[in-house]
Amino acid sequence: MADNLSQPFSKSAMTEEEKVQFQREKKQQVVAFVLMIFLTLLAFLAVAADFLPVMFVIPFILLLALVQFVLQMFYFMHLKDNDHGWANAFIWSGVFIAIPTIAALMLLLGITKY
Amino acid sequence: MSTTTKSKSVLWDWLTTVDHKKIGVMYLIAGTLFFVKAGVMALFMRIQLMYPEMNFLSGQTFNEFITMHGTIMLFLAATPLLFAFMNFIVPLQIGARDVAFPFVNALGFWIFFFGGFLLSLSWFFGGGPDAGWTAYVPLSSRDYAGLGLDFYVLGLQVSGIGTLVSAINFLVTIVNMRAPGMTMMRLPLFVWTTFISSTLILFAFTPLAAGLALLMLDRLFEAQYFITDMGGNVVLWQHIFWIFGHPEVYILVLPAFGIISEVIPAFSRKRLFGYTAMVFATMLIAFLGFMVWAHHMFTVGMGPIANSIFAIATMTIAVPTGIKVFNWLFTMWGGKITFNTAMLFASSFVPTFVLGGVTGVMLAMAPVDHLYHDTYFVVAHFHYIIVGGIVLALFAGVFYWYPKMFGHKLNEGLGKLFFWVFFIGFHLTFFVQHLLGLMGMPRRVYTFLGDQGLDTFNFISTIGTFFMSAAIIILVINVIYSAFKGERVGADPWDARTLEWATAHPLPEYNFAQTPQVRSLDPLFYEKIHGDGKMKPAEPLQDIHMPNGSILPFIMSVGLFISGFGFIMFNMENPILPPIVVAVGGLAITFICMIVRSVKEDHGYHIPVEEIKAKEVN
Ligand code: HEM
Ligand SMILES: [Cu+2]
Repeated sequence: MADNLSQPFSKSAMTEEEKVQFQREKKQQVVAFVLMIFLTLLAFLAVAADFLPVMFVIPFILLLALVQFVLQMFYFMHLKDNDHGWANAFIWSGVFIAIPTIAALMLLLGITKY
Repeated sequence: MSTTTKSKSVLWDWLTTVDHKKIGVMYLIAGTLFFVKAGVMALFMRIQLMYPEMNFLSGQTFNEFITMHGTIMLFLAATPLLFAFMNFIVPLQIGARDVAFPFVNALGFWIFFFGGFLLSLSWFFGGGPDAGWTAYVPLSSRDYAGLGLDFYVLGLQVSGIGTLVSAINFLVTIVNMRAPGMTMMRLPLFVWTTFISSTLILFAFTPLAAGLALLMLDRLFEAQYFITDMGGNVVLWQHIFWIFGHPEVYILVLPAFGIISEVIPAFSRKRLFGYTAMVFATMLIAFLGFMVWAHHMFTVGMGPIANSIFAIATMTIAVPTGIKVFNWLFTMWGGKITFNTAMLFASSFVPTFVLGGVTGVMLAMAPVDHLYHDTYFVVAHFHYIIVGGIVLALFAGVFYWYPKMFGHKLNEGLGKLFFWVFFIGFHLTFFVQHLLGLMGMPRRVYTFLGDQGLDTFNFISTIGTFFMSAAIIILVINVIYSAFKGERVGADPWDARTLEWATAHPLPEYNFAQTPQVRSLDPLFYEKIHGDGKMKPAEPLQDIHMPNGSILPFIMSVGLFISGFGFIMFNMENPILPPIVVAVGGLAITFICMIVRSVKEDHGYHIPVEEIKAKEVN
């Protein structure tokens, strides 16, 4: 048994069902990827275009950033998958810790005295 | 494919090993070396402070010693010594053959080791860093600090990568490698605390890496994040540092809690009281640990509201910590206690740690902290936590797990002598420092004037340090003596409760011939009561698949080391080579190794059943 380890597999270990699943996932990722490039372009254009008022551009690109973040998390970091419970738990606890930390840091640094 | 061990040189074997047990032993050795190094610095600092206006060390050397002592103790002694036990014990306690990524495990060790080596090289290039282990700007900016600080920044950056890598490995191991039946709520507390402490490393070492990167950009490439003249902000560094720095304390102390929670039940002959409460208290401490960093900055002038919020948040940590302390006491309550050396350390940990905790709550009162800040009171407080907590727990762990790691016990008589000399020395050294602090002796000064009421206590404190040094010498004698004359013991010398004691003796490289079936918390104890005292196997006896050793982790770490040194060369007067060549060259070595690792197929080897059977018999 020890020796056949160094030989390549003759056929894929995935079942038919898994292959279909894999194809679907691949398609979703490509779509999400294209969408993200489009969003980045949009953000770039918003900043590059002189005629847009700053008060519009800032919230606008922040919104785009949020959408990108969600896409990134769900489609590339597998947040949407049910069997990624632990990865989910870690990402959410990271978010759960980072948000108050960053908020407190911004308050403490931005406003001189509190 | 050969199955028997090829006869290679011992050195090569250790350089290429990916066995978690050998890596654990290497962490133990490296951590001990750094511990002794930083300990000698502490001894020298205390000798300098023995009498008023001593001239044993110069002010500059004293500052370098303070910085290196603190930095080495925290990053290169305490952390790796805890990692030593995590590496050795955690896979055994969860019934696994190894950690999830053995190759990455070796990588983590070697990166940590070469990072520490890089930091230590500073002595040969114009002196160590001298801005304190916190490296506050502007003291650590290029205007005030020399090359030593570049070694601090890059040494910590490199060894920090090693720590992160190992922590992620522990997380994956504990999630994925548990034996059948070992649910999360059956994990021994040492595994739980390893898990939570690794999570803290994951979330806290990232801000540290970011902060160090910013400081590096400031120092080497004339950025101005922390240069006030150019609109930078010095307080930003303090925040980033303590967002890492406070959780770091819990990264160290939680596994220490874990060790205590293993030792106390084993020698009280009772199960741990309030297991579930212990687990959730640990999680709560970890979470709160992130939200209190600004208690190190009360005197910065954050304002009363911010100070109050952080003061109250800090004090709430006392609640889960109190839960743990009472659970340890209840575990001992009514137990049949054996006071051997491990138990002496574990039980004396409890009151000592409580003392450190009490002064912690005192320091957390923001207005009063203006009085304590940067006095010896603070030094006394954190040494009660660090030495009275973490180091006592480490010694408890050494005496408890030594038979599993090396096959024989440490001598009990010498062990008890060691305990008493160390324990008395510790309290002599640090208890009087509370009083020194209250009398106003500032921290981080290299001398003091006579006849101000500080003479006696400083003298007593130094005498205590001599006691502790003597104790360490006794420990070394004990280790050597026991290697020759120590009591040879079997697989389960303490009649203990957890899975690591169910392995064969001597410990085979595959840990468990058959993965055990876990039926309860304290699985081995359960089998002793309800079964035949042996773990039931969860799988048939079959060939065991093991990973091959590899020299790549070592070379990758050398690459990072060279690269770090290259970055430091940017600040050197006459570098022999262009710094950029060295920096990029080192990274190239690392990347080439990564490519080799990805392309070259390495399927490991098998240990055949006959060989396993032969080993399991004796
Ligand atoms: C066991 C004997 C030890 C002795 C005698 C000792 C002694 C000292 C002394 C004299 C200082 C300088 C205090 C000052 O003037 O501010 C100091 C600072 C410090 N020690 Fe220790 N120490 C010991 C163990 C440890 C251990 C085990 C750790 C951590 C694992 C540790 C961590 C620190 C830290 C973080 C500082 C602060 C350094 C700084 O101010 O930048 N010490 N210690
Ligand atoms: Cu703190």
